[in-house]
Amino acid sequence: MRRLLVAVAALALAAAGCASDLPPTGASAQPSAAPATSAAASEAASAGTGEQSDFFVQADYDAQLAMRTQTAEGPGDKPWEQAIAPQMVDTAKYKKDGPYHLCFSNAAVNNPWRQVGWTTMQEEVALHKEIKEFTALDAEGKDDKQISDIAELQSKGCDALIISPNTTATLTPAVSGACPEVPVIVFDRGVETDCPVTFIKPIGGYAFGADGAEFLIEKVPAGGKILALRILPGVDVLETRWSAAKVAFDKSQLQVIGVEFTDGDAAKTKSIVSDYIARHGKIDGVWMDAGATAVAAIEAFEDAGVPVPAFVGEDQQDFLQKWKDGNLTAVAPTYPTYQWRTPIIAALKILKGEEVPKMWNLPQPKITQENLGTYLQPNMPLLHYALCGCESMPGFPGKWGGK
Amino acid sequence: MKRAIPIFVVLAGLLVAIAAANPFFLEPAGFLAFLKRVAPLAILAAGQYFVIVSGEFDLSVGSLVTVEVVVAARLIDGDEAMTWPVLALLVVIGLLVGLVNGLVTTRLRVPSFITTLGAMLILSGAVFLWTGGAPRGALSQGFRVFGREGVWAVAILAVVVVAAVLLMRADFGRTLVAAGDNEKAARLSGVRVDRVRVFAFMLSGLSAAVAGILLGGFAGVSAQVGQSLEFQAITAVVLGGVVLGGGRGHVVAAIAGAFTLEALFTLLNLHGISGALEYAVQGVIIIAAVAVGGLRLPALRLTPSKV
Repeated sequence: MRRLLVAVAALALAAAGCASDLPPTGASAQPSAAPATSAAASEAASAGTGEQSDFFVQADYDAQLAMRTQTAEGPGDKPWEQAIAPQMVDTAKYKKDGPYHLCFSNAAVNNPWRQVGWTTMQEEVALHKEIKEFTALDAEGKDDKQISDIAELQSKGCDALIISPNTTATLTPAVSGACPEVPVIVFDRGVETDCPVTFIKPIGGYAFGADGAEFLIEKVPAGGKILALRILPGVDVLETRWSAAKVAFDKSQLQVIGVEFTDGDAAKTKSIVSDYIARHGKIDGVWMDAGATAVAAIEAFEDAGVPVPAFVGEDQQDFLQKWKDGNLTAVAPTYPTYQWRTPIIAALKILKGEEVPKMWNLPQPKITQENLGTYLQPNMPLLHYALCGCESMPGFPGKWGGK
Repeated sequence: MKRAIPIFVVLAGLLVAIAAANPFFLEPAGFLAFLKRVAPLAILAAGQYFVIVSGEFDLSVGSLVTVEVVVAARLIDGDEAMTWPVLALLVVIGLLVGLVNGLVTTRLRVPSFITTLGAMLILSGAVFLWTGGAPRGALSQGFRVFGREGVWAVAILAVVVVAAVLLMRADFGRTLVAAGDNEKAARLSGVRVDRVRVFAFMLSGLSAAVAGILLGGFAGVSAQVGQSLEFQAITAVVLGGVVLGGGRGHVVAAIAGAFTLEALFTLLNLHGISGALEYAVQGVIIIAAVAVGGLRLPALRLTPSKV
């Protein structure tokens, strides 16, 4: 009997948790990498989207949305060499004769996106004979390891140091420390210092999130029910995606019935979507902050025997294949993996004394019904990202696991 | 069996609460979806039960599930013809890992907590090394049908439950409980303790193979598929009133523990609570259940009860 009492007590405790319902967007306990804008944060939650993220910065949001329609400078067939609204900086002081030793501190290679990118970067290195040595250290997703990696690389006689930071705030001092020693190139995630010679990134998370949300607003009739799926709270690159989508949904006539965290896990995603289908009967659109579990979410609709609604995915082959096979109404914003080519190109430009953009904003295309055929590559692995910009490289497709 | 009554009461309460929050649960399709979701954990709990009741632990099942799914995807690579050979191979891998766990524990006298912790690390390290963090390949439709079609998953679960009950009623079951209850006494009365324990580990490995087949079928390839499943399985078993350290508890109650845990997660999810709180709830349950088990022990000595 006592056993039963405790079991009941445990349940009561769990039930008590229900009363203190978390806001759907989840207040982040992590220190914000960007200053919060209180005006946006206090905006009333009107469309079921909850409070605005602490990471939301209006100026960055405006800049990124504007960049989507600006024409990039540079060769049109090589988007990884293009830059949007570049402000060039002089690099004459770094000029030296080759051959060169390039170094790379990588945050991790722990997901398919980073794997595709890492392969692409290595192939880019192989294209340049003037690179005699390329030293790369993998931080395995750990800030502390990356800090010591960066210190270690400084003693290896690198001519240029490329850094893909694991987290923004924690890696900033390490990057600042390296800047006086060697020309530093940062890409993918940012740092809170402008000491690197160049910072390379696609347009960014706001543009990514807005692309998906705007597609749903266009395709789903007013009053339609939208389910938003996010990986986890508190990561700036993901917070910006959702916060831009939230702004768009708040202005729309759509009803966001849920904002859920999936941990990026396929089984969990599928269960969550199944639960929503069961509870709401009909869902008219699904927004996702990353496409890796999009196919699992689509399968939840298939298995429930209901039509697949309008979907936001990403440029992974499994999603593109499903899109074509099921003739879906879908869009795929991208965070192109071709950005892994750019740091090598930038490093060589810097060492040759050619000017580079201070903020190297790469184009960030989206895949639509019209250009789906261009990006769907049935010979590539299901988890391959289409925007690798690697099709003309000598190792393609074998190095990326394709046939 | 008396110990098992509370878990059924709690389970019934949770099911009523779910039905109240989501009437769809009462429809056949809704209940089938729930059963499909419970099946992998229930099967893992059955496997874990054999190990725990014999006085040991198996922490390696979560990593083993991941290994099974990743290996299956890599070897099948979308080719339907490979489905059955690979399914057979998965079962062999599961049994083999169990055999190694069992032999290291019984022959080398390494405590099973350490043996299976080591196995967990070795397996997850091996998966990471082999995949570099992201799996390759794809499962065939023929493979996925077991986890995607609710009927298949429920049929497999039913077979596992019946088999587990029959095993526990056979000589194997009695010797297993005896080994967990009092190893010395069991040895003196002629029980081959080491052998039944090795069998128990092999059953646990087999359960991980079956759970991997269902989970891979449900949602496809993922390198995180087995994450923390070992703790969920142990929580389920403990929740079912099975005593850590062995010797007491019923397999049906352990499986009911898995149902209860999954029902609790479903209920939390229905009320919009998920993510980190799931772990917290699991933690509270595991501590509370063991604390209650400890409190009961003196009472048991006064009035010897049957298992």
